[in-house]
Amino acid sequence: MADDKSNAAEYWKANVRTIIGCLAVWAFVSYGCAILFRPLLASIPVGGTDLGFWFAQQGSILTFIVLIFFYAWKMNKLDKKFGLEE
Amino acid sequence: MSQFAINLLFVGASFALYIGIAIWARAGSTKDFYVAGGGVHPITNGMATAADWMSAASFISMAGLLASGGYANSTFLMGWTGGYVILAMLLAPYLRKFGKFTVPDFIGDRFYSNTARLVAVICLIVASVTYVIGQMTGAGVAFSRFLEVPNTAGIWIAAAIVFLYAVFGGMKGITYTQVAQYVVLIIAYTIPAVFIAMQLTGNPIPMFGMFSTHTESGLPLLEKLDDVVNALGFQDYTADVDNKLNMVLFTLSLMVGTAGLPHVIIRFFTVPKVADARWSAGWALVFIALLYLTAPAVGSMARLNLATTVYPEMAGQVENYDDAAEQALVYEDRPGWIRTWEETGLINFDDKNNDGRIQVYNDSNEEYAETAESRGWEGNELTVNNDILVLANPEIANLPGWVIGLIAAGGIAAALSTAAGLLLAISSAISHDLIKTMINPKISEKGEMLAARISMGGAILLATYLGFFVPGSNMLANEPDQWIAGISPLSFGAVGAMINFTVAFLVCKVTKEPPQEIQDLVESVRYPKGAGVAVDH
Repeated sequence: MADDKSNAAEYWKANVRTIIGCLAVWAFVSYGCAILFRPLLASIPVGGTDLGFWFAQQGSILTFIVLIFFYAWKMNKLDKKFGLEE
Repeated sequence: MSQFAINLLFVGASFALYIGIAIWARAGSTKDFYVAGGGVHPITNGMATAADWMSAASFISMAGLLASGGYANSTFLMGWTGGYVILAMLLAPYLRKFGKFTVPDFIGDRFYSNTARLVAVICLIVASVTYVIGQMTGAGVAFSRFLEVPNTAGIWIAAAIVFLYAVFGGMKGITYTQVAQYVVLIIAYTIPAVFIAMQLTGNPIPMFGMFSTHTESGLPLLEKLDDVVNALGFQDYTADVDNKLNMVLFTLSLMVGTAGLPHVIIRFFTVPKVADARWSAGWALVFIALLYLTAPAVGSMARLNLATTVYPEMAGQVENYDDAAEQALVYEDRPGWIRTWEETGLINFDDKNNDGRIQVYNDSNEEYAETAESRGWEGNELTVNNDILVLANPEIANLPGWVIGLIAAGGIAAALSTAAGLLLAISSAISHDLIKTMINPKISEKGEMLAARISMGGAILLATYLGFFVPGSNMLANEPDQWIAGISPLSFGAVGAMINFTVAFLVCKVTKEPPQEIQDLVESVRYPKGAGVAVDH
C-alpha cells in the first residue's frame, strides 16, 4: 500500500511537471512570440510581414496541436511506466 | 437550374442526411442520450467536438473579424484554439476519469453540496442559452439569404430541424450528425478559399498562399495588402498593437472561456478511456485548425479582393496610388455579388458626392481627411457587413453555383451543430442534475429520458423565441478612455478568473479539510486506472 501510494505520488508529480513544461511553451508562443515579443522579432521577415505576425495567425495554433499530441503521448508512456493505465 | 434550386438541393440534402443519421442513432437509454453510449472513437469524437464548438461565429464571422481587424484580431485565433491546450491537460482527462454525465455532477460531488450543483446548473443554462440564441439568429440569416425566406421563418425552420434530430437522438444522434456537419462545413469553407488563394497567389493552399507572392503585383500578398489599405487611410493590416496588456488579457479570457464551455466538456464523457480523452482533444484541435489556419487567409484575401474590386487600378503594380484612387468603380458597373447582397441590406451604397463612383476609405482618419477632400470625396460610400465575407466568397471569386449551395449548407451546419450541442448540455443539466439528482432521485430511466426530451424541447422554444429579439443594451459607451486600467470589457474576464483563483486558493487554505471520501475522489481522478465507461449514480 505504501508502495502504491508513493508510486501514485510519483506519477502525479511527473504529470504536473509535464503540464508545466507544456504550458510554458503554450504561453511562450502565444503571449510571447505573437504578442509581447513581436517588436523583437520584427527583423525576421516571413512572407511580406514578420515572424510575430506569423505566430499570431498560424504558428501558435500549430504549436498548440503539437503540444496536445505530445502530452497525450507522454502521458500514455507514464501511465504504462507506473502501471496506472486502463 | 436556378441558384435558388441549387441552394435548396444542397440544404435539403444535408437535412435529409442529418435526420437519417438521427433515426439510425436513436437513443435507447439515458446513457445513449447523455454520453452516446460511452463508446465513441477518439477521432470521431474529435471531429464531432470540432463541429460542436465551431459555431456560426467561426464559420461566418471569423474571417470578417480578421479582415477588418488584421493583426489585432489574431486574439480570436489564438484565444479560441489555445483553450484546447488547457482543456486537454487540466480538465478533460480528469473529468473523464470522474466518469459522470455532466459538469454540474462534478461540481456537486466535489464540493459535496447541492447548492454548488444548483449554481453550476444555473451558470450552465445562462451561458448556453445566450450562446444558442446566436446560433439561431445565425441560421436565420443563412436561411433568409440562401432560401429567400423571411428571417423569422428561417429561425423556425432551424429550430424544427434541431428539434427533430437532437430530441430523438440525444447525444448519440448529435455525435454522428456533428461528424456529418463537420464534413459539410469544412468542405464548404475550404473550396472557395482554395480557389481564391489560387487566383491571387497561384498557391492552392490558403495558409501558405497568404504568405506568398500576390501574382498581379509581384509583391508579397500581405505587403500588397498593407500598401492598399494604407492608401485608403486605414492602418496597416499587419500593424502592431500598442495596448499589449489588453491583447494578452483578451487572449487569456478567450482561452479560459473556451476551456470552460460545458457543451464541449461533455463531449469528452463519450470516449471509452482517459487516454482517449487526451487524444480526442488533439484531434479536435486538428479538425478545428483546418478551418482556423484557413480563416486568416480568407480574411486577408477577401480584404484585398474587396479593395481591388472598388479600385481596379490598385490590383496590379501601382506607380501612384493617388491616380489609382481616382479610378474608383462606377456604381452602375458593379459586379453581380454586390447587387445580390445589396438586396439583403448587408451591403449599402450611398453616393455622398454624387459622382456615380463608389469610394471606400477610412473617413474617421483625420490625417487622411485632406487627401479625401482634395479628391472630392465626401465620406465612405460603401458599408459592407463583415459577416458576408465568407458567404459571398464564392460569388466574389466567380465560382460555380454549386459552391454557393455548399456554403449555404456549411453555414447552416455550423450553426445547427453548435445549437444541438448546447441544447444537449442544457437538457442534461435540467433532467439529470436538477430533476434526477436533486428533485426526484427515484425517477425511472424512462421518466428521466422523457424529462430530458421535454427540457430540450423547452430550451429550443426559449432560444427560438429569444432569437427574435437579440438582446443588446449598453448603458455606457465602450470607448478606450472609459476602460479601467486600459483593459477593455471583453478582456476583463481574465481579471475575473484571476480573482476567482485567488479567492478559491485562500478559502481552501483557511477552511478545514474536506471529508475523507472527497479527498479520495480528488485522488482517484488523478489516475486513469479503473475509469470504465461513464456511469450514472
